[in-house]
This record gives sequence, structure tokens and C-alpha cells, in this order.
Amino acid sequence: MPAIEPEAIVGSRITNQSLSRWLHSLPGVDKVGLEARVASLSTRSIKTTSKAWGLDMAIKMMDLTTLEGADTKERVRSLCLKAITPDPMDLSTPQPAAICVYGDMVVHAKEALGKNKIYVAAVATAFPSGRASLQVKLADTKDAVKAGADEIDMVIDRGAFLSGNYLEVYKQIVAVKEVCQRKDGNHAHLKVILETGELETYDNIRRASYLAMLAGADFIKTSTGKVSVNATLPITMLMLQAVKDWYDTTKIQIGVKPAGGIRTAKDALKYLVVVKETAGDKWLTPKYFRFGASSLLNDVLMQRQKLTTGNYSGRDYVSVD
Amino acid sequence: MFDYAPAPESRDLVKFQDSYGHFIGGKFTKPSNTYGTINPATEETLAQISHGTAKDVDAAVKAARNAYEKTWSKLDGATRGKYLYRIARIIQERSRELAVAETLNNGKPIKETRDADIPLAASWFFYYAGWADKLDYAGLGPNPMAHGVAAQVVPWNFPLMMLAWKIAPALAAGNTVVLKPAETTPLSALLFAEICQQAELPDGVVNIVTGFGDTGAELFDHSDINKVAFTGSTNVGKIIAKQIAGTNKKATLELGGKAANIVFEDAALDQAVEGIVNGIFFNQGHVCCAGSRLLVQESVQDVLIKKLKARMENIRLGDPMDKNTDIGAINSKAQLTKIDRLVKQGVKEGGQSWAPTCAMPKNGFWYAPTIITGVAPTNTVAREEIFGPVLSVMTFRTPAEAVAKANNSQYGLSAGVWTEKGSRILKMADQLNAGVVWANTYNQFDPASPFGGFKESGYGREGGRHGLLSYLKGSH
Repeated sequence: MPAIEPEAIVGSRITNQSLSRWLHSLPGVDKVGLEARVASLSTRSIKTTSKAWGLDMAIKMMDLTTLEGADTKERVRSLCLKAITPDPMDLSTPQPAAICVYGDMVVHAKEALGKNKIYVAAVATAFPSGRASLQVKLADTKDAVKAGADEIDMVIDRGAFLSGNYLEVYKQIVAVKEVCQRKDGNHAHLKVILETGELETYDNIRRASYLAMLAGADFIKTSTGKVSVNATLPITMLMLQAVKDWYDTTKIQIGVKPAGGIRTAKDALKYLVVVKETAGDKWLTPKYFRFGASSLLNDVLMQRQKLTTGNYSGRDYVSVD
Repeated sequence: MFDYAPAPESRDLVKFQDSYGHFIGGKFTKPSNTYGTINPATEETLAQISHGTAKDVDAAVKAARNAYEKTWSKLDGATRGKYLYRIARIIQERSRELAVAETLNNGKPIKETRDADIPLAASWFFYYAGWADKLDYAGLGPNPMAHGVAAQVVPWNFPLMMLAWKIAPALAAGNTVVLKPAETTPLSALLFAEICQQAELPDGVVNIVTGFGDTGAELFDHSDINKVAFTGSTNVGKIIAKQIAGTNKKATLELGGKAANIVFEDAALDQAVEGIVNGIFFNQGHVCCAGSRLLVQESVQDVLIKKLKARMENIRLGDPMDKNTDIGAINSKAQLTKIDRLVKQGVKEGGQSWAPTCAMPKNGFWYAPTIITGVAPTNTVAREEIFGPVLSVMTFRTPAEAVAKANNSQYGLSAGVWTEKGSRILKMADQLNAGVVWANTYNQFDPASPFGGFKESGYGREGGRHGLLSYLKGSH
């Protein structure tokens, strides 16, 4: 993967002024047009073989998530076992990409997953609000990385972003990325949560996407799942457009993760259509697209059972997690 | 990979008769003098259609006159409105059937007939049904009057929707009609005749005569019609204008276009790309108001064209009955030949043509979505209406130059402006000689909004209160 040269991309030394100038020179987003395009793609009819492919891919792209104050070792273990065997009645069911937990649960998740090729993602940096000093955020991240987290889901400082202090947002991401580095030369993959529901406008979301990509994000992620507006199709399409444009100019491919509020298989298929027709087939892989979800898996499993057996079984035929 | 499996709409939703006569005085005549109407996507014959003669036209006009004198002009507005509401509801009830019929006979994707053509046709009847008992407020003073018998000829690009644009205001205003659908797309009009029967519309209020150009000429030539309404090519429009000159026949002509879609450097580029695609590739570009000339500010030309090409790679051309098809079949072999000829001419005159790679079905008439870059205002493809999925790309440097180039056309039907600057939208709209100017969108239609052109794009307005006035006269 080629290295990012932020100065070359921005066209000058990185200062708040240069970042501001760069971000504000990006083309605007027309809300009506964006939402109309999404509505049009949502009418795609996904049937038979393409539906089967889409449901399996949706599972493979899933970051199966539990982010509750009430999380326990047992709860995390149970979720991990669900990830290892999502559907005990059909062992051909693929496994999700990752388990997503709070930092202190990483060790339990690692233990429960054992040698299975399922990653452990940890939310960090004073998730979900991000309201803590940089030192605390870095300590939070280091802790999770040390416990063996394969992926770090950090939040940006929305306060700094909304007050126009882009440099602060940028520096924090760069600093977190640094502590994602391991001694063995590998690094925990960094997902940068924009918390789009708090940025509110599509123009802000595009700018925050670019800022995160410039600072070295491996993934840009919509939401924490903890605010009233989480992932939506138009926001995801906008972010997919951003990573595609970024790839076209830098040859660096960055992933997208919508999170929060995606509950049905039908929704998941709509997202896959948007991935295919916005960023392209290159993004139709768990390496570059993830769903952050908790209840989505069971709905996909039920649809999958319907497709393989011809019968819709219902909630008693999938396990609670 | 994620290739969409076929998702065809059911062909069985519509049953055509083997052959159709004309619909005159509330009844279908015996089929005579027939020709085959085909599905342009497969070239399969769908039904036999009667080619109307002077005699058929005369019978239809007599039926319309009779219905006007004896029934329709005697009804109060609210009762006329009741019939129009009824028709609107039946169109909604039979929308899937009508969508399939339209797609089979026209070649356009089911996605469009389902989501645009048929819902818009119903909305036109709903809208004008509301006007029927409020004509006093149309702007002509109290008790405005209908013209009498309206003769209407509609094109093949939006067969049922164009029928609705013509028939709904005519009936609301109190006229009776004789309508001739295009020779290649008569089937939805004949289904509409059945709907008139189903709605128990008084006999003779709506008459449908099928046939070719000569049938239309006979209709407009008839001495007992009061109003001429035509949508079609500018060439035919000119012939009609000459034909009816010196008579008392009122006319609305909705003719060709060569609309400029103007993209400024500060536009929301991704959405502008969508608007360009929707502007020229909607309905295979068979749209009189299509944004067929892209005027892009030089400073963003490269990035815009790159994005446009990437977007065009995703356009799905193929079976119009498949719910995921974006571009269907060209309506006729004649039209395909014309498109091909004009694009070749454009390349000969120095344009560079580009189209995404897409597999073409073996039967039927197809043309890949195409853009021609490096076009100069003097080139044929910048001046002539192609009426196909072909976009001519030109550049400009300043807003004044954009206006000058956009207005440099024999037509003036529509235009698009893409900019994030609100004040510029208003100024452009003020300066563009076009009946419709869309800002940061394209091809939006609403029955409440008047539609029509400047210059050789025709005269008269359809839609809204203005469209109603085309079918009324003051009572003094």
C-alpha cells in the first residue's frame, strides 16, 4: 500500500488554515439529488442467486457488536460462540468478519474466539463521546491494542470539527494511528468513526471523511450507534463516493463501515447495491466494507434459511446472542 | 460477484387481443386495414392494429360532436370531475397491467413505466378532475367555455402519459376528444379505451383512432374539429401549422428540443452527474426535453467527464421487462437508424464518441448510452435533435458564455442549471430562453406545473392552470 503524503495532497504544510482551505474546496453535496439516487438504487430487485450471494456476503462483512455498559465476560463469550457457529442448523453459513466490543472485553473475546479467523475490534478513544484528553484517548487505545485487538474503532472529536479546528481532529487521528502500531511491525486496523448524526450536514460528512482519510484511517465509519441518527443509506453512499474518489487520485483504498440501525437483510442488500454501484466491485469484500450491527445477523440467518429450505422459520429457529 | 439475477416482471399481467379496431362512440369497431404492432425489444408482433382512414376519422369526429352537443356540454363540472376521478383511480388499479403493456409496446424499462409513466398519467387525471368544477377561477372570467371537439395526436415516447396530458385537461374543460396514438405504440391507448368503458364515460366523449401520419393528417384536416393538439417533431408541427392556417382551429404544438444542461464549477458534481444521466438517458433519450447538450465549465470538465464515464459503466442495458434494467430498447428501427446516422455525422465532424461496453441483445433495436466530447456549437450533434441516448458535450468559460451557447438553438423547451449558488440559479433562469428551467435537478414533472416551449419547440402550454386555458375560451 503506498504511503500517504498529506502535504502533497493538501498542497502545503498541514496547518489548520491549509486544512480548512482544502476541505472547503471539495464539491458540495446536493441533499435532494443524493437522496434521490439512493431511493432509485433501493428499487433494485435482488433475487435468487444474487440474493444468496448478498446474504452470505453480508454475514462475512459483519462486525458483530455488543457495546453495553452491562457487557460481561459471559455475554461476550456467548456472542463469540454465535460468531463461530452463526447457524447451528446449517454449518455452511459463513462467519462474521469481527466481534466489536469495548476495550476491556478484548481479552475475553480473544480467548473465546481462539484460533478462529474472526477479528476482534475494540472501540476506543473515550467512545462514544470522545470527550477526554488526548492522553486518555491514547491510553485507552494502547490498552486495547496490547490486549490483542486487531482493529480499533476510534471516534473523532466532533466538538473540534464543528468549531473549525480541523487540525486538532487530524492530529488526534494521526496520534491514535501511531499507537495502533505493534512491535512486530503489524498494526491494528484503524476505523475512524465520524459520528455523522452529530455532523448533521452532508457537506460536513464529506469533509470529515476526507480529513480522516488524510490522517491515515484504514476505514471510515458512520456512527457509534449511540446517537439518534446512525447509519443511513445516503450517508453511506456519500462516504463510498469519497473513498472511491480518494482511490482514484491516491491509489489508496480505504474501507467504509456503516453502523447502527441496520437491522434487516433487506436493508443489508440495499447497502450492497449501493456499494456495487457507487464505489464498485473492489469494495464488495469484508476487507473494505463492514456492517456494524447486532440484530442484523439473525434476520439475515432467517432469510438465508428461507432461501435454502423454502420455509420461513421464525425467531425460535435462530439463537439469541 | 454480485451480478443481479434476472428479475423479470410478469408478461401475463396483460392480455392483448389479437386485433383491435378503433374506439368510436363508446364501442370498438371491427378491425380493418390492419398492421402489426411489435415489441421493439424482441420484434415479436403483439397485436394487429387498424390503420384509420378518412372514413374512420369522420365517424370518430361525428361521435365526438354528438357527445359534445348532447351529453358532455350539458353536464355540470362536478359530474365531469367525477368521471375524471374515476378514470384516475382505474389507472391506479390497473397500473401494473398498464406498465407491462407500455413496456412491451414501447421498449422502455419496466422501472420507468412503473415509477414514472403510469403514476404520472394517473396524477394528471386527478389534478384536472379537481379543476372541472372550478373553471371560473381559471383566469378567463366567469363561465368560460369549451372549444368543442379536440383533435389530439400523441407521440410514441410516453404513450399513455402523453394521452393523459391531452385528454385530462380537454375533458375537464368540457371538450370531447378524438385522439390518435403513435403508429408504433397504440396499445396503451386502446387499453385506455377499455378504461373509459369501465368508468362508464358517456359514449363518444373519448374516441381513439389508430393509424399512421396520414390518419393524423385526416384528423387535423377535418372541418368539424375546433382544437388541434399535437406533440411530436418540429417538422410535422410545421406541416400542421400550415395545414390549419386560416381556419378557426386553435392549436397547441409541443415539438422538439435540444436542451442545454449547464454545469458550473461550483456544482455538487456527484449529483450533477446523476442529473446528466437522468437528463439524457431517461427513456433512452426519447424525451423532447432531454438534456442533450451538456455545457460544462472548462475548469471542471475533466473531473466531470471522468465521473460521468464511471457512472455510465453502471448503466444496465437490456430486457426492458427486467426490474433492474436502466436502458431499454429504441422504439423503432427507423429511430435507431436516425440515431446511428447522427452520431456518425458527429464523429465525422470531429467529435469523439464514447460508450461503455455493454452486451447488446440479439433481437430488437438497441443503442448504447453514448457521449460525444469535443463538440462545437456549429456541429450537427449540437444543433439537431437526436432523440436517443446520446449526449453532446461542450464547454464554456463564463456564465455569459453559457447563456449565449445555451440559447443558440432553434429550440427552447427546457434547460438545466447546476450550481450551489442560489443567486446564479435565478439569474440563469431569467436569461435562458426555455419553457422549463430545472435547477440542480432534471426531468421532474408535476401536473400542477405548466410545460411548453419557446421558438421551434412549439406554442401553448400543457399542465397546470395554463394547460387548462389551452382548452377553454372566454364566454364573452
